[in-house]
Amino acid sequence: METGAGRLEELALAPLRRTRRGYYLVLLGLLVIVGVGVFAYSRQLAGGLAVTGMAPTENKIMWGLYITNFVFFIGISHAGTLISAILRVSKADWRTPVTRMAEFITVVALMVGALFPIIDLGRPDRMLNVIRYGRFQSPILWDLFAISTYLFGSFVYLYLPLIPDLATCRDRLHDNISAPRRWFYRTFSAGWRGAPDQRRILAMALVLMMIVIIPVAVSVHTVVSWIFAMTLRTGWNSTMFGAYFVAGAIFSGTATLIVVMAILRRTNHLEAYITQKQFVYLGYLMAALGMVMVYFNLSEFVTAGYKLEEGEPVYLNQVFTGTFAPIYWFYIFGGLLLPALIVLMPWTRNVAGVLVAAVFVDIAMWLERYIIVVATLRVPQMPYNDLATYAPTWVEVAITAGAFALFAFLIMVFVKIVPVISIWEVSEQLEQEQGQPAIDALPFPAAQPAGGS
Amino acid sequence: MVPITRRRVLGATGAVIAGAAAAALSEGFLPIGGRARADEQPDPLRLRRWVMVFDLQRCDGCVGLGLPPQCTQTCTWSRFVPEGQQWLEVFESELNELPDAGIQFLPALCMQCQNAPCTNVCPVAATFHTPEGVVLIDQERCIGCRLCMAACPYDRRFFNWDEPVQPPQVKSSPYNVQTQTPAIKGTVMKCDFCTDRAEAGGLPFCVEGCPRDAIYYGDIEEDIATNGSEVVQLSRLLNENEAFRYKEELGTKPRVYYMQGHGEKALPKTKTEHERTFMKDRLEWPWERIVAELEKLGAEKPA
Repeated sequence: METGAGRLEELALAPLRRTRRGYYLVLLGLLVIVGVGVFAYSRQLAGGLAVTGMAPTENKIMWGLYITNFVFFIGISHAGTLISAILRVSKADWRTPVTRMAEFITVVALMVGALFPIIDLGRPDRMLNVIRYGRFQSPILWDLFAISTYLFGSFVYLYLPLIPDLATCRDRLHDNISAPRRWFYRTFSAGWRGAPDQRRILAMALVLMMIVIIPVAVSVHTVVSWIFAMTLRTGWNSTMFGAYFVAGAIFSGTATLIVVMAILRRTNHLEAYITQKQFVYLGYLMAALGMVMVYFNLSEFVTAGYKLEEGEPVYLNQVFTGTFAPIYWFYIFGGLLLPALIVLMPWTRNVAGVLVAAVFVDIAMWLERYIIVVATLRVPQMPYNDLATYAPTWVEVAITAGAFALFAFLIMVFVKIVPVISIWEVSEQLEQEQGQPAIDALPFPAAQPAGGS
Repeated sequence: MVPITRRRVLGATGAVIAGAAAAALSEGFLPIGGRARADEQPDPLRLRRWVMVFDLQRCDGCVGLGLPPQCTQTCTWSRFVPEGQQWLEVFESELNELPDAGIQFLPALCMQCQNAPCTNVCPVAATFHTPEGVVLIDQERCIGCRLCMAACPYDRRFFNWDEPVQPPQVKSSPYNVQTQTPAIKGTVMKCDFCTDRAEAGGLPFCVEGCPRDAIYYGDIEEDIATNGSEVVQLSRLLNENEAFRYKEELGTKPRVYYMQGHGEKALPKTKTEHERTFMKDRLEWPWERIVAELEKLGAEKPA
């Protein structure tokens, strides 16, 4: 246990062995919020979408918080792809301690985000019509295919690097775990012994998956944006929407990863492995993406504002000086420029600073999604006397809160089932740094029999 | 001479197959989804192509009569339109930016676009073109995602947020896609162009309800239209009056035309008094009252 790998293993497995009372309290609190959300949804099922704030807008603002949440959650699901796949492809070593969390955020965010189009349906009972009568010409079908492909791919991409760690759990957690969990580790470690051929196959599968998952992830947020960009509406009718959404997705995904990383680092005592380096590097990435977002805002609004086509004056006025101005300028200054400034200033370039910046980015990106959905729908398409106003009801707010709680809840359950840090990859890297061949770095000797329990 | 080799033959066959496949795709032979092809020439059967024309010189929004817009009102009453929806809505818009230019009344219903953004985006083909080119909605299939409403550039689609209130005899009737009765909660509705009435030789309710004879309904295939009082040659009416289509530049190809004007043929002249007298806010949806009355009757009967 005195080697680096042994200490890491102890540290990573500790939360799987023991659970503190505070954990259950937080879990319970989250469950209560999820419960309130479920109750709110039951009210909506009974009363129809009439219980939402969309109903009183005379059919003018037909999408609201639900679609905002859909875009936001699918957006943060890009955390996993970016950190794992892109950084794996570019062989950035500092990523290893955070890949596991990133991949899990992807899976959880996708599962939560995919709920929202269903919550938003007027007839959820006819949901399967999308499969029975599906038209592939509809952007909704593109979304269905892209998101389910991405969800499946992300599951695989989460699972593959988990196999050696599940084997560690299988071998190390004999006692003080229940029989179902023993069965879980035994089954899903898939007879991993760390044999050279197994390692070779795993390495090949990982390379394949990390290359496949990048275009899939890009396609997902592109087609999400096309739900909007395939209409003729001022504010949505834009050719750069796909790229704009993908950039925003990776941006908010990075921020979400930083927040989750900061929390798990504290609760699971991973300070020795997730250091300031990870925060600062991810912070740099976030700052760079923030500048990309600034650029996109400039491109979009300058080209629209210069020509002032019909509808644009209303749109730009309400965003720059009208109803949406406070949240829009918070998004620009608090969500794009301030985080970049925090990361670039040497005296705030630390864990706390990057964390604060990331929280700002997450809030701002949610607000940005809200502006994209609601501000566009507010632009009158006919000669109306006055603009419609959308104010979400308690049902929509409760379902939104429930979704965020569900997101946190699933992550908390996850950290009790598998190690949040990739033991084998980090050890391998540690050993490499100490100049030993990577093949010996795995914490379990090849001699140990498979399925040893 | 070029010798015939196996390679050549296989290559040529491949090229032919690829060409045929490309031709099939470009011709649209592959029946994907269920979208009716509206723009096809209905040669053998000579299908009707319904068209509506609004004569804006005659339309004064019923201001001169001191009534709410009668096209909307007749439509609502006769089509059992759920409360809050105006399938045909009359808008007031500024004629132009010149001083004292006056007001134009713009009656707008579903434009029956031939390149319809709504049918394009529907994930389940619940909204579709009939072979005649009219856009209908199958409320028994609609999943209520409202993407068609987001896509419609004329805001002419309405959602049943709540359980729609309609008279009991409508509620209990079997579903009819042409008349959209009974209205179904959680689905989208809109003007259906009264194709059931046209097929039976009648006119849409809005045309019948218009006291100014400002609405023509006709068939561009037979080149004929009527406002209920006179029968005209449709193409001549459109050409001579330089008819336009609303938001033509979007390329949606509507089947609803407008003849430029601002109610100047409707008497009395109302150009400056419109705001005091336009009575759109007095439109009524009597359904809740009818249902309440019927319930009262039902409660009294056994006593």
